[in-house]
Amino acid sequence: MKPRFDWIPLALVALVAAAALPLVASAPIWLTLTVAGLAMGMMIFMMASGLTLVFGLMDVMNFAHGVFISIGAYAATSVLIALRGAMHADSLAANLAAMAPAAAAAIAVSGILGWLFERVVIRPVYGEHLKQILVTMGGLIVFEQLIKVVWGPDMIAVPRPQALSGSFILGQAAIERYRVLAVVVGLAVFAAMWLLLNRTRLGMLIRAGVENAEMVESLGYRIRRLFVGVFVAGSCLAGLGGTMWALYQESITAQMGMQVMVVIFIVVIIGGLGSVGGCFIGALLVGLLANYTGYLAPKLALGSNILLMVLVLMWRPRGLYPVGR
Amino acid sequence: MPEPMLALSGVNTRIGQYHILQGVAFEVPRGGLTMLLGRNGAGKTTCLRTIMGLWRASAGSVRVEGRDTTRLPTPELARLGVAYVPENMGIFAGLTVRENMLLAARAGPPDEKRLEWVFGLFPALRKFWNALAGNLSGGQKQMLAVARAIIEPRRLLLVDEPTKGLAPAIVANMIEAFRELKRTDTTILVVEQNFQFATSLGDSVAVMDSGRIVHTGAMADLAADEGLQQRLLGLSLDAHQ
Repeated sequence: MKPRFDWIPLALVALVAAAALPLVASAPIWLTLTVAGLAMGMMIFMMASGLTLVFGLMDVMNFAHGVFISIGAYAATSVLIALRGAMHADSLAANLAAMAPAAAAAIAVSGILGWLFERVVIRPVYGEHLKQILVTMGGLIVFEQLIKVVWGPDMIAVPRPQALSGSFILGQAAIERYRVLAVVVGLAVFAAMWLLLNRTRLGMLIRAGVENAEMVESLGYRIRRLFVGVFVAGSCLAGLGGTMWALYQESITAQMGMQVMVVIFIVVIIGGLGSVGGCFIGALLVGLLANYTGYLAPKLALGSNILLMVLVLMWRPRGLYPVGR
Repeated sequence: MPEPMLALSGVNTRIGQYHILQGVAFEVPRGGLTMLLGRNGAGKTTCLRTIMGLWRASAGSVRVEGRDTTRLPTPELARLGVAYVPENMGIFAGLTVRENMLLAARAGPPDEKRLEWVFGLFPALRKFWNALAGNLSGGQKQMLAVARAIIEPRRLLLVDEPTKGLAPAIVANMIEAFRELKRTDTTILVVEQNFQFATSLGDSVAVMDSGRIVHTGAMADLAADEGLQQRLLGLSLDAHQ
């Protein structure tokens, strides 16, 4: 008797997309919006997936998660600017050869910062939610200012790879090439996380720890090491997501992490605290809805995500895929 | 006299402003099954959690096979061969029965013989091997919790109220399983409210009241002395048969 997969939240993504088609009334525009929504969802997923695990496993409310997004974006941008020549080449291989070290730098810098942050800021306040909110908000502000000190207070333009600029034309629909890359990278990250969580002993431990950290310790595992590993991995993913987001927006500011945190929290809550699968579906829903409402009723764009969260929580109060506790 | 498997001496545990354990001292002899009895709120669960290192003793000492484990982190204690089944069973509801068992087998995949032995104790687990643990009934969850604790040989097994809320048929299964367990060289300490379960299995007994040990001795002696039961536990054996 195998556990059955709950298809309903996944079907909801298809339902939202299908429901938007008659409202948009133009198949090419709908296709463009749908790909844009999926790409946005994938990038939000990359940024949010670490936070949901940190929430679930460590019961830590880390409002400073946005710092790892910003710092990753800045580190990657520094590399991309240094490799401007390769970014402006027409060859996709040359573009990717510049993007790969940029992504690696983002992952490394965000990961190291995450490790330091866990040791210095988070560790003294485990189990104390009010203090966590205060110190992580404080950390967010401090690091934002440090970014301004290092990189300056002005917006920095991010060069988008030449081969990924422009669009594919599919019938009458224009699909940005970069968004296709974002979907591919997002899917790859999700697949890697799914395999890690569901096909390895480490993944089993993480899932068990999200449910009952004390019991994992009672079985003889040092949960603190797992905490640190997950926190660092979450920071690395935020850095990667920040890089993708920076290339998507083609500019970065020190506040970019803080600005996306509202959407990230919505996604984490919609998905169910600690649920990577829920985070993935939640991010897709948020991305699609933001694009459809941005086209149909721009003034409702942000409100639509909050409305989505309210509706999901009325339907499933613990999120789309609640983690059993 | 051989060294006891577990020895508590003057153990005090505070949780917030509450002083729960107030100088708990008793010994669990090697082999066999010791019952820790007492009224609700006597401090039994706190005592097990303190032994397991989940709550820290503010004073006194806990020794496992002569080694001071009072300050030992819980994972280290587990690695010494101490297993714990909490009152809420602590199963991982989002994992399958198989995954719950695999996690408990720290040394690698469970030994086939041992697994068959566990299936013999709790046949339902074989049937629901690939089912989500969260979908099991209360009795099956309790079986899984105990099975998980014994998937590898343990020196000391701490079990908190294994019959709580279980149907009589499941309790009978539990009694049989613990009888079988007693035949191994695992020492068992069980917190229990079900006096029939306690008298069926207990070799020795410690009774707690208001955070202190008020009686230790042979289980058979307590079972035979209704006056003592009345005085220590506020019950008569007849009421529980």
